[in-house]
Amino acid sequence: MTDATPILECENLCLSYFTRAGEIPAVVDFNLKVMPGEAVGIVGESGCGKSTVALAIMQYLGNNGRIVSGAIRFMGRDLTTMSEEELRQLRGSKIAMVYQEPMASLNPSMTIANQLMEVPLFHDDDCDEKEARKRALEMLENVRLPDPARIMEAYPHQISGGQQQRVVIAMALLSNPNLLLLDEPTTALDVTVEAGIVQLIKEISERFGTSMIYISHNLGLILETCDRITVMYSGEAVEEGSVEQVFDMMRHPYTRGLFHSIPLPGADKNARPLMPIRGQLPLPHERPKGCNFGPRCDFFQEGVCDSGPIAMETVPDHQRHVTRCARFAEIDWDAETEVAAAGAAANLGEVVLRVENMKKYYELRDTSLMALISGKTSRTVKANEKLDFEAREAETVAIVGESGCGKSTFAKVMMGLETATEGHIYLDGKDLANTTVQKRKAQVVGHLQMVFQNPFDTLNPSHTVGNQIARVIRKFGVEQDPEKVKARVMELLDIVKLPRDFYKRRPRQLSGGQKQRVGIARAFAGNPRVVIADEPVSALDVSVQAAVSQLLMDIQRENRTTLVFISHDLSLVRYLADRVVVMYLGTIAEQGTTDEVFAPPYHPYTEALLSAVPIADTRIKKKEIVLQGDIPSAVNPPPGCPFQTRCPRKIGTICETEAPPIREFGPGHRIACHIAPEELEAMDPVITMPAKEAAA
Amino acid sequence: MLPLIGKRLVQMVLIMIVASFVLFLIFDSDEFKKKIAVAELGGFAVSALSDADYQQWLANKGLDVPFFQRYGSWVGGVLTGDFGHSFEKNTDVGPLLWDRLKSTGILAFWVFALMIPLSLVLGVIAGMKEGGKRDRAVSFFAVFTTSIPEIATAILLTVFLALGLGWFPTKSAMTQGFDGWQLVLPVLTLVIYSFGYVTRMTRASMAEVMTSQYIRTAVLKGLPRNRIIMRHALRNALIAPFTVIVLQLNWLLSGVVVVEVFFEYNGFGKMLLEAALFGDIYVVQAATFVAVVVAVMSQIISDIGYTFLNPRIRFS
Amino acid sequence: MASVAAPTPGSPDVPTVPLMVRLAQPRILIVLAALTWLPLVAYVMFDASRLVLLPAIPSVLLLWALAMLNWRESTVALIGATLVCFWLLIAVSVPFLPLVDPNQPVQPFVKPFSEARDQFFWLGTDFRGRDMLSRALWGCQRVIVWGVTATATAYVIGTTLGLIAGYLAGWWDELISFIGNVILSFPVMVLFIVILTYFGPSGFNIIVAVTFASAPAIMRIVRGLTLDIKTRDYVFAAQTRGEKPFYIMVVELLPNARGPIIVDACLRLGYTTVAITTLTFLGLGLQPPDPDWGLMIKEAASSALLFQFSYMLLVPALSVSSLILGFNLLADGLREMSLRD
Repeated sequence: MTDATPILECENLCLSYFTRAGEIPAVVDFNLKVMPGEAVGIVGESGCGKSTVALAIMQYLGNNGRIVSGAIRFMGRDLTTMSEEELRQLRGSKIAMVYQEPMASLNPSMTIANQLMEVPLFHDDDCDEKEARKRALEMLENVRLPDPARIMEAYPHQISGGQQQRVVIAMALLSNPNLLLLDEPTTALDVTVEAGIVQLIKEISERFGTSMIYISHNLGLILETCDRITVMYSGEAVEEGSVEQVFDMMRHPYTRGLFHSIPLPGADKNARPLMPIRGQLPLPHERPKGCNFGPRCDFFQEGVCDSGPIAMETVPDHQRHVTRCARFAEIDWDAETEVAAAGAAANLGEVVLRVENMKKYYELRDTSLMALISGKTSRTVKANEKLDFEAREAETVAIVGESGCGKSTFAKVMMGLETATEGHIYLDGKDLANTTVQKRKAQVVGHLQMVFQNPFDTLNPSHTVGNQIARVIRKFGVEQDPEKVKARVMELLDIVKLPRDFYKRRPRQLSGGQKQRVGIARAFAGNPRVVIADEPVSALDVSVQAAVSQLLMDIQRENRTTLVFISHDLSLVRYLADRVVVMYLGTIAEQGTTDEVFAPPYHPYTEALLSAVPIADTRIKKKEIVLQGDIPSAVNPPPGCPFQTRCPRKIGTICETEAPPIREFGPGHRIACHIAPEELEAMDPVITMPAKEAAA
Repeated sequence: MLPLIGKRLVQMVLIMIVASFVLFLIFDSDEFKKKIAVAELGGFAVSALSDADYQQWLANKGLDVPFFQRYGSWVGGVLTGDFGHSFEKNTDVGPLLWDRLKSTGILAFWVFALMIPLSLVLGVIAGMKEGGKRDRAVSFFAVFTTSIPEIATAILLTVFLALGLGWFPTKSAMTQGFDGWQLVLPVLTLVIYSFGYVTRMTRASMAEVMTSQYIRTAVLKGLPRNRIIMRHALRNALIAPFTVIVLQLNWLLSGVVVVEVFFEYNGFGKMLLEAALFGDIYVVQAATFVAVVVAVMSQIISDIGYTFLNPRIRFS
Repeated sequence: MASVAAPTPGSPDVPTVPLMVRLAQPRILIVLAALTWLPLVAYVMFDASRLVLLPAIPSVLLLWALAMLNWRESTVALIGATLVCFWLLIAVSVPFLPLVDPNQPVQPFVKPFSEARDQFFWLGTDFRGRDMLSRALWGCQRVIVWGVTATATAYVIGTTLGLIAGYLAGWWDELISFIGNVILSFPVMVLFIVILTYFGPSGFNIIVAVTFASAPAIMRIVRGLTLDIKTRDYVFAAQTRGEKPFYIMVVELLPNARGPIIVDACLRLGYTTVAITTLTFLGLGLQPPDPDWGLMIKEAASSALLFQFSYMLLVPALSVSSLILGFNLLADGLREMSLRD
C-alpha cells in the first residue's frame, strides 16, 4: 500500500486570500494523501479551510486566492504548475466534484440531458452525440433515479433537491474519475433524503473503486462513508488518522472537544451534560501565536503551546496517525473527562400549553387558464391536520420533522400571526387559537416568546443589542423606568453569558453564537411561560451548538419555562427533550416521552428517521432503513396515510385509502398507523450498542 | 402565459380609459380653451373679443359642447379610427400622427440597430471578468456617456461634427425630402445616451452569472472557455438585459422629444411638444394614447420574452 | 470559505475611534445636510438675505472632508463626491464671490480669455453681453435647489407608499401598484409636458412633476425591498411581540432599506438634474432672466449656432454634465462599497 502512487497528495500546502486588508492565510501547512480506492474525510467547522482545500485541488480559487507554497500532486503530477488546458482535461474527467447546493450547481436554462452529455462529449474524442446520450441515461439509472428518460429532458427546477443531487453525482461519475471530491453533499437536504445519498456514495466507492475526499462538518457522516479522516481547525489540519484511530483514540484536544460537544445516544442532559468548547473560532487575521486552539484548550501551557508553530507529529505505535499538539504525549487521554455538575431532572408542573385538535388550512388560489376552465380555482393546503398534544411547566417538548411537516405553520398559529382553522390552543387555560397577536393582551404575548433559527436574521442590523432587548422589556411592561430597563438588560446579558459592553454593539459585530444568545435573552426578557425555539442551533457550528443549547436549557430550568423545541436533529432532541412529537406532512405520526419514542414500538417513519441520523460513535450498530423517493409536497399530499408513498412497512390498500387510527401504547405514547399493535411492539430497536451501556 | 397577456391587455385598456379621461379633463379647462384662442387669434384680439364673440368662437371650434358629450364623441371617434382635428395644423390628427410616427420609427429603428449589439457586446465583455481592466474601462465609459444629458450630447456632436468638421448638417428638418445624412446626429445622440444603461445592466447580469455556482460546475466539468461563455453563461446573462431593452422603447418616446426639438426633426416628440404648448388637445390626446399603447405593449413583450427565455418560469 | 475570503473587521471599540470617523454618524450627517440645504432653500425660494448661506459653507466643506476620509476605498466615490461637493460649494458661496452680476449686459460676443471694457472674461460673454463665468456659476444654484427638493419630495411620498404596499400587501398593494402602473405607462417626458403645460412652468410645479414621475418608480423599489426584508426573523419577532404595523415599518423595515435607497437617490438626483435642464431647454421649466444651465443652452442654441460661438453652448453643457457625472459616480461608488461589506 505504501509503495503505490497516491491518487492525490498535498504537501506542505499553504493558501492565502489577498484582500484589501492584506494577505489572509486560509490554509497553512496542509498535508493529505489519498490512496487508490480510499475515502478520506475532512471535518471541521466553518472557516476552518476545508472547502478551500477542495477548491485548491480543483485549482479554482477565484481572483484573490493563491497557493503560496507547497504542492498538490495528482497521480504524481503537480497540479499547481499545470497549464489551463492541462487542467481542463483533468477537471471533470479524472477529478470530479459534487457540491453543497445541487440546485445552484446546475444550469437553470439547460436540460439535464444537455448538461450530462457535455461531460463525455468534451472529454472523450470518440464519443458522439448518440453515445453520450446513452452513457448519460445509463448513469442516471446507476444513481437510482426513477424514470431516467423523463429526467433527462427535464430542467433542474422540475426535479426535487434529492434528485438534483443524484444528477450532480451522475455528472461527476460520467467520465469514471479517479478522484471524487464531495463538498458537504447532503447539508442542504432532509435527513431521510440524505440517508439515500449517503447510501449511494458508499455504493460508488464499492462499485467503481473511486477514491474520494468527503468534506463535512458532521462526524457521523464521515464515520459512515470514510476510511481515514483529517480534522481541521482554523486553517490547519490538527489530527489525521484512520477513522477508528481518530474516533476512539484521538490525540488532539480539539478533536476530543468536538466529540464532547455532540450529543451521542446514551447521553442524557441531566446525567451527562454536553461539554462545549469555550470561546470561539479566531478570525483568520487574529490567530494566536503557536497553537491556534491554545486559547480554547484546557491543556494549554504557557511557553509550550504559544512559543511558535507546532509541527505534525506521529503518534507512537499508531500507524499513519499524526497530531498537531505539543503536549499530546503528556496528556492522559484515557482519563474520564470531568463531568460538569449534573443537574437534577426537573420535576414537571401542571399543564401550561394544550393543543387540541388544531387544524390549519390554507386556500391556494390558482389563476392558471386550466384552473379557470376546470373551475377548480382554489386548492386547500392542509398545513396542520389534527394536532393534539400538551406541555407541562418546565418541560421540554420537541417537535421533530423534516421540511414540509408543518412545524413553522404551527409556530405561526401559536404566536398569533395566523388563526387556526379549527381546534384550540390553551395557554394556562385560555384559548388562543383564534386570537391574533394584535388582539392578545401584552401580558399574554409576553408569556409566549420565540427563539429563531437563523442567527443572521434574528436581530435587526440597524439597532444596538441593548435597544432591542430593552424594547421587549418595555413592550411587555416588565419595567418602564429607563434606569431599571437598562439594569434588566444588563442582567439578561449576564444570564446569557455575554459581556455587558455588548449593550452598545450592533449585530454585525457579533458572531453567530453570540447573536443567538442575544436572541435567547430577548425571548426571556418578558418572563415567558412558554418559549418556542425553532431550530435555535442548527445554523451554528458544532462546538458553539453545545454551548447555546446548554444555555437555553439552563435558563429554562432556572425559570421553569416550558420549552417547545422544534428540530430535525434527532440526536439533540434525544439529549434534551422530555417529550417528543414526530410530525410528517402536517400530521403527528408519533408522540410520547423521549424514551418511548426512541424505543420500539415505533411508527415506521420514526424508525426510518432514527436510522437516517448519522451517529459519530464507532460502537453503535444501526439497522439500515433507507426511504425511497422524496417528501411529497404539502400542496398535494397523498390520500390515506401521508407516509404511505415511502413507507417500507406498508401493509396494503388500506394505507392508501384510510387515515390511520391513533393507538395508545402507554400513557401519552400514541402512534398513528394501520399496522397491528402487536406487530409494532415486536419491532427491533434501530440503534443498538453492543457494550453494556445499551441504547435507551 | 395567456392569462398574463390577457391581464396586461385589460390593464392597458383600463389605463387608457383613465389616462384619456384625465387628459380630457385637463384640456377641457377654461384656461386651456383660452390658450387655444390666444394661440390662434393673438393675445390682443382675444382681449378685444366680447363675451358673446368668444362664445361664438368656441361654438365654431366645437369647444362649447358639454364635457361628457365631447368626451363620448371623441371615444366613439377613436373606436372608428377618427382621432379628431388639429387646431394648430388644421389637419386631421390621424394622418398627421401616422406621418410623424413613421419618422420617429425610422429614428428608433436605427437607434436600436446600433445600440443593441454595441451594448450587449460591451456588457458581456466587461462582465466576463469582473474588476478586470476591460471591465473598468467599459464601466467608466458607460457611466460617462450616461452622465451627459441628451441635450449636452446633441450640443457636443453639433459643435464638433457639424459646426467644426462640417461632416453633417446641423439641423434635420428634411425640408427637401428624406436625407440620410441628416439622420446621423440625432441617432448618434440617442445611442450615446442610452447604450450606457443597457451596457451596465448587461455587465451586472453577466458578472453575476459568472460568479454563480453553475458556472463553477461548468468550469470544473472541464469545458473549454468559449463553450462556458456561449452555452452556459450567455443565455442566463441575457435574460435581464432583454427586458431592459424592450422597456427602452418606452424611454425612447421621452428621449426623442429633446433630440427632435434640438435638431428640428419632424417626428412624434416634436409634434407632442408643440401640441402641448399650443393646447392642441386632440393631438396631445392621440399622442398620449399612442405612448400608453407603446408602453403597455413593450411591457407585454418584455413579459413574454422573459417567460420564454427563462425555463424556470416557462414550466411552472 | 466565505468568512475567510471576506473577513469582517474586528469590532472597533467606540472610544478609540478618531474624531472624523465619529462625525460620520447618521445623525451628524443629517444635521450637516440640513445646514446646507435649508439656507439654500431660504435663499433661492424665499429670497432671504445672502447671510443665511454663511453656515452652509463650512457644512459643505465638512461633508466633503468626511466623504474623503470614509470612502478612501472607492476612487469612483471620491471623484463623485468631489464633483458634487464642488457644485454644492459654488451654490452656497456664489453670492459672496467677486463676480459680475450675471444679468448685467457688458458687451456681447466677447471670446473666452479676452478683455473687454477693462474687464477680463475667463469664459467670454453671451449674445447679450452677460458674463458666462458668472452665469455658469450662478446657474447651478437653481438646478441644485429645485432638483434636490423635488427628489426629496418624491422620496418621501414614494417610500411611504412603497412601505405600505410592501408591508400591508393585499388591497393596499393592489391599489397603490395600479396607480403606480398608470403613471408609469406615460413616458416620463409626456408626463412632464402635460403636467407643466397644465400647471404652468415654474420651480414649484417642477417639484410636482418630478414627484409624479419619480414616486411610482421609488415606490416599486421600496416595495421590493420591503417584501424582502419583511421575511426576516427580526420582523417576525416584532410581529410576535404585537408591534403595530407603523412601528414595524418605521423602526424595523425602513432603516434596513437605507443602503439601496441612498444609492438609488444619487442616481435619481442625476435624472432629475437632466429633467430640469431639459425642461428648461424646452421652455417648460425655470423662466428667464435668472441664469440657469438649461436656459443658457436654449438661448444659445437659437441665437449662436456658429463654431466660433460654440463656447456659449459648451460651458453650460459641460457644467451640467459634470454635476450629473458626480451624482452617477457617487451612486456607483456607494453601490460598490455596499456590495463589498
